[in-house]
Amino acid sequence: MTIQVSKGTTARLNIWDLLSRFREVGIIVFILILGAVVTLRAPSFLSVNNFRDILMNISILAIVALGQTIVILTKGIDLSVSSMIGLVAMMVAFVMKQYPETPVFLIVLLGMALGTIAGSFNSIIITFGKVPPIIATLGTLSVYRGLVFFYSQGTWINSYELPRSIKMLSKGQLLGPPNLILIALFIAIIVYLFLKFTRTGRNIYAVGSNVEAAEYAGIRPQRIKFLVYLISGLLSGIGAVLWVSRFESAQTNTALGFELQTVTAAVIGGVSISGGVGTVTGVVLGAILLGIIQNALTLVRISPFWQLAAQGLLILVAVVLDKVIYTRVARN
Amino acid sequence: MTTEVLNKKQPETLISERQIRKSFLGVFLKWEWFLFVLILLVVFINTRLSPFFLNAVNLSRTSSDFMEIGLMMLPMVMIIVTGNIDLSVASNMGMSASLMGLMHNMGVNIWLAAFAGLALGTLGGVLNGYLVAYVKLPSLVVTLGTYAFFRGIAFGFLGDQAARNYPSAFTYIGQGRILDTLFPFSVALFSVLAIVFGLVLHRTTFGRQLYTIGNNEPAAKYSGVPVEKIKFILFIISGFISALAGLVLAARFGSTRPDNGTGLELAVITAAVLGGLDINGGKGSMYGATLALVLIGLLRFGMGLLNIQSQVQSMVIGLLLIVSILVPHIGQQISFTRQIKFRWKSVLAVIGILIVFTAFFIFFFWSRAPIIAQF
Repeated sequence: MTIQVSKGTTARLNIWDLLSRFREVGIIVFILILGAVVTLRAPSFLSVNNFRDILMNISILAIVALGQTIVILTKGIDLSVSSMIGLVAMMVAFVMKQYPETPVFLIVLLGMALGTIAGSFNSIIITFGKVPPIIATLGTLSVYRGLVFFYSQGTWINSYELPRSIKMLSKGQLLGPPNLILIALFIAIIVYLFLKFTRTGRNIYAVGSNVEAAEYAGIRPQRIKFLVYLISGLLSGIGAVLWVSRFESAQTNTALGFELQTVTAAVIGGVSISGGVGTVTGVVLGAILLGIIQNALTLVRISPFWQLAAQGLLILVAVVLDKVIYTRVARN
Repeated sequence: MTTEVLNKKQPETLISERQIRKSFLGVFLKWEWFLFVLILLVVFINTRLSPFFLNAVNLSRTSSDFMEIGLMMLPMVMIIVTGNIDLSVASNMGMSASLMGLMHNMGVNIWLAAFAGLALGTLGGVLNGYLVAYVKLPSLVVTLGTYAFFRGIAFGFLGDQAARNYPSAFTYIGQGRILDTLFPFSVALFSVLAIVFGLVLHRTTFGRQLYTIGNNEPAAKYSGVPVEKIKFILFIISGFISALAGLVLAARFGSTRPDNGTGLELAVITAAVLGGLDINGGKGSMYGATLALVLIGLLRFGMGLLNIQSQVQSMVIGLLLIVSILVPHIGQQISFTRQIKFRWKSVLAVIGILIVFTAFFIFFFWSRAPIIAQF
């Protein structure tokens, strides 16, 4: 009998252990349950077209959320991503309107450069100025948004003003599925390899879990912190070009409020706001879960007005569950 | 682990305090005086730029525009002093006001509806407080979640509808003036609450306990401060005051829409931090925050008179926020090291940064010119 009891405890321990170690398993289980429930109500959920829609909708989110993740890994936060997207999108769209013949890869490079410069401004105030990240990026959130208005004087770029080449960047189907999805996948793989197998990538985790230990180990935390906001800006720049390409417009309120979605995707994906914990797979799954929830609510005809509430509730449930699992594991 | 934290944090704070006293920026670092000088400067410049600036009617009207931010700032100051943050305040005010609007649309008595709104806002605060204090989740994550959750509920309540036609007895809260003078009722409400909050923060044991928590939470806990209970109470107060701010906003507009007050949380935090609060807790005063609110109000009012777009106004406030933290810090660092080491590497870095940003702004204006010309 004693054997049975101990067997029972080990089995339970394993489940909690598994859940805490493989955050992805939890999200996948949740996605499957959600999918099953929605399919019962609306069978069209399980169609290839619907899945393509979902993936198209979350591709940009996944890219920018990965940048956000790298920042959060170092205990920081980048609230300015949405305004960086707005600014870069507007500048890129202006250039394309004026010079429609510019090759698309140059436009992408331009977006990356502009995003990196915007991100470097965050880096400078945070690392040299020692301004807490949340305050610095809160400030640049309104600074960049203000620049968008100053830049465009309230005007915007419409679909007909943009060349066809840029629209095909996301909608073209070079290899079967739409390019946008493949670009997002490609970037996710690069970020995965970067975080997992490069020295800098490992250093990012080290700085996030224990700055002092990292410093004693010969890592320069300031350099890592400088780099992460740069990367976040770079990915936001790419996101901005894709945004223009996907929505075929650039407005003064492009991506307004997007910063919270990126944080949401990261947090749901298991990235700890206190730094050092989080995986690329988790974040991508988090973004997919957000996309599925949005899609499912529409399919089962819940008023779109409740979607935001569902999103908020999801963050709360995710973090509370995390905490519960964590304390269970710690107690065992 | 706790002793480790104790040993680690104590000397740091001692050094920084000594550092501040010794530094030549000592006067400058008495932040409240600096804000006061800035306010005088803004008033002076604005008076020169626009003849409408020093107009009693205008000033009275514009002051009531900032009272929702001011109200939400009061509990926010206390929360930031303990090293936490509440991002959900503006969403909470939207949620409470939307419930009130919904009930008003259904024909419920306005005061009953207002009471329900206040109750819902307080309940929102209870949710935040419980998750932060007892489940021990980081306040940033919790209130980020409720930021979306509360706003979502607001949209769920009213959808694309708006509530209108509030009775004049209710709109008095936001639009009325006391005894037909130029003093708005909402400003009076804010002033009274500001004094109460200020007294509680600076003159009571409870207030001192908030600073203790902000400076060193484990130490506070071991010296008998009921940390959990205090955090719980603070978030409940924040919820209640946010709901109150929601009512004031609804009364001022004479209508409620579910997106009322979107983004105000950033204005609230900006005012608090500009007022000299340390986002990591343990530092700052209610006077400073109130002065910062006045400064932001006057700046925005002045820029509004000059027809500057509201987003560009936000940009100026955002820059002010960054600079306000940057400048004292750099000054402190220079006065602490006393000498700046001259290194070619850092000179080159500075030159490189300047070139990059110059190039950025040249591109900025160059790419914008032809389209703005057409526009």
